[in-house]
Amino acid sequence: MKKVVYLDNNATTQCAPEVVEAMLPYFSEKYGNASSIHSFGGENRHVIDAARRQVAQLIHAQYDDEIIFTSCASESDNTAIFSAVRANRAKKHIITSAVEHPAVLEPFKFLESQGYRVDYIGVDEQGRFNMEQFKRLIDTQTAVVSVMWANSETGTIFPIQEISKIAHEYGAVFHTDAVQAVGKIPVDVQAAGVDMLSLSAHKFHGPKGIGVLYVKRGTRFLPYLMGGHQEKHRRAGTENVPYIVGIGKAAELAQKRLSGGTMQKVAALRDELEQGILKTIPDVKVNGDPEHRVPNTTNISFGYIEGESILMFLNDFGICASSGSACTSGSLEPSHVLRAMKVPFQFAHGSVRFSLSDQTTSEEVRLVLKELPPIIERLREISPFSRMAKTHVAP
Amino acid sequence: MWDYTDKVMDHFKHPRNVGVIPNADGTGQVGSLVCGDALRLTIKVNKETDVIEDAKFETFGCASAIASSSILTEMVKGKTIAEASKITNQDIANALGSLPTEKMHCSVMGMEALEAAVQSYRNGGKPVVFEQEAEKIVCHCFNVSEEAIIKAIRTNHLTTVEDVTHFTKAGGACGRCKGEIQKILDKVNGSCAIETPASKKYEEMTLVEKIRKIEQVLEEDIRPKLNMDGGSVELVDLVGNTVKVRLIGMCSGCAGAQGTLKNFIEKVLQDRISKELTVEQA
Repeated sequence: MKKVVYLDNNATTQCAPEVVEAMLPYFSEKYGNASSIHSFGGENRHVIDAARRQVAQLIHAQYDDEIIFTSCASESDNTAIFSAVRANRAKKHIITSAVEHPAVLEPFKFLESQGYRVDYIGVDEQGRFNMEQFKRLIDTQTAVVSVMWANSETGTIFPIQEISKIAHEYGAVFHTDAVQAVGKIPVDVQAAGVDMLSLSAHKFHGPKGIGVLYVKRGTRFLPYLMGGHQEKHRRAGTENVPYIVGIGKAAELAQKRLSGGTMQKVAALRDELEQGILKTIPDVKVNGDPEHRVPNTTNISFGYIEGESILMFLNDFGICASSGSACTSGSLEPSHVLRAMKVPFQFAHGSVRFSLSDQTTSEEVRLVLKELPPIIERLREISPFSRMAKTHVAP
Repeated sequence: MWDYTDKVMDHFKHPRNVGVIPNADGTGQVGSLVCGDALRLTIKVNKETDVIEDAKFETFGCASAIASSSILTEMVKGKTIAEASKITNQDIANALGSLPTEKMHCSVMGMEALEAAVQSYRNGGKPVVFEQEAEKIVCHCFNVSEEAIIKAIRTNHLTTVEDVTHFTKAGGACGRCKGEIQKILDKVNGSCAIETPASKKYEEMTLVEKIRKIEQVLEEDIRPKLNMDGGSVELVDLVGNTVKVRLIGMCSGCAGAQGTLKNFIEKVLQDRISKELTVEQA
């Protein structure tokens, strides 16, 4: 197999070797059910408690029991949103942003079909949250405000503290999908004033199939999965001990990276990549807010060509990235995030997201900078629009 | 990750006939930056023989769009205009081995560009942009006409709205036209089985088509009326232009049976199908 240059860490990350090692005994040796009376199973309860503490520390939760383990962040998002509306039945208005993950957007669309008034707050050209629109639309009928901490496609960070403060002024529950923030930037649920927060282990070198919903004590909560006493009756289902151990270990390692300056190094490599591309390739555009962005992400549009084609040529060099183009997803429209940002169509279809990690090396960045320009040039030679652009005729 | 055939990858990585033919005899364009894919096809035609001597393309799009365009240029070279006009999107997909269903619209784009290029050649070489007739647009997001949808359904034997979206892109954005697409599907597929193209005259139909047509009119226009009186009718035979039927239920043995046969069933069949038809009791 050729060497993989993995620059798609917002899609998923490598499960860290330390994490795998920590998980392994809980598959075939210490396989007991944590809810059992006998000590063989019951001892696993302490293991779960330790993991709960590790996650609580990563997001600065005040109490460990504010951490509920789930199967993924999509489950956490669904649970949070439906809990908030069911626990506040009198209120029939809900707010989210136009650039959320589908795990938030789809429940909102469903609730819209059930008669809820829904507002999708827009963003500007740089992907920044429209605070004025939000202030105008929120009212005392608003049951829940769900706004993501950082955007998966552009890395843009929203001012969560300010949004939650306004939500609380109107008595609304505030939930944030922090999947792309946790592990990349410091996340402090107390300082941010968050009622509920979703996160996922596999975005910070933990295993897939395990997530967390943080629910601040005192928040009215109704479970989504019923039929078990686990997680204090808030999430039924036998505790997934090996994966819970895995997310705990991953949280501990993420905390170390955040306090040890690793993410600054990632940001420096990201900037090297971005600047290198801007310098060597004409007709490119960076999507997102350069001032408020997670350190590992850059989203770059290459004018007049299509993203899937770029990715497939990069694939030949083992370089893994993503695109917001229509063709990569099987859907027919470019990414809803880029459209909400009103990225012009000649750029929207040709967007590529590079998402780095602490494992990314400068050799890898240099490889991309070497191989990418000829790929772009080659595709532009085939495209009817690049010639039109060269001859200064509006496409 | 798409399961592209080796042929698709070959034509994507090494596209044939890229560029624009100067002073082309035909130029066809389809798609736009908004749609996410676009193709410009230029052809050089021998005016004596009508044979396409050269073809070149420029494409904005994904791997399968580029591969479809590339192979199309190879397919049309050496063919006469009449032969090339017969190339369907399915032919393009077949030439590539296959295309993922979600990518079939790339082959449709090739067919449309070719149509436009042929039209351009016939009009003296002025570039033609493939356009759907404005009054019959079904999908406004991707500007897809009813005609294009019907053509895709017929050529590729599509049965679901999802199929139609994969082949034409219609319904792939806001989704508001999905109901309308379903109606077109019902119309085309429902009628494929029993209705021959409206243009075909009764006299030109095969015996099977004639029987289907008569059965269709019986079912749609005649039985509902007879049912109201507790009766019905069944088709027994067709001899020349004589339709032999059996009245059943309350109609059988009814004193007005002969009147029903001649004044109602025969009249409706004559109005709906052919003046030549007569109806007899079997």
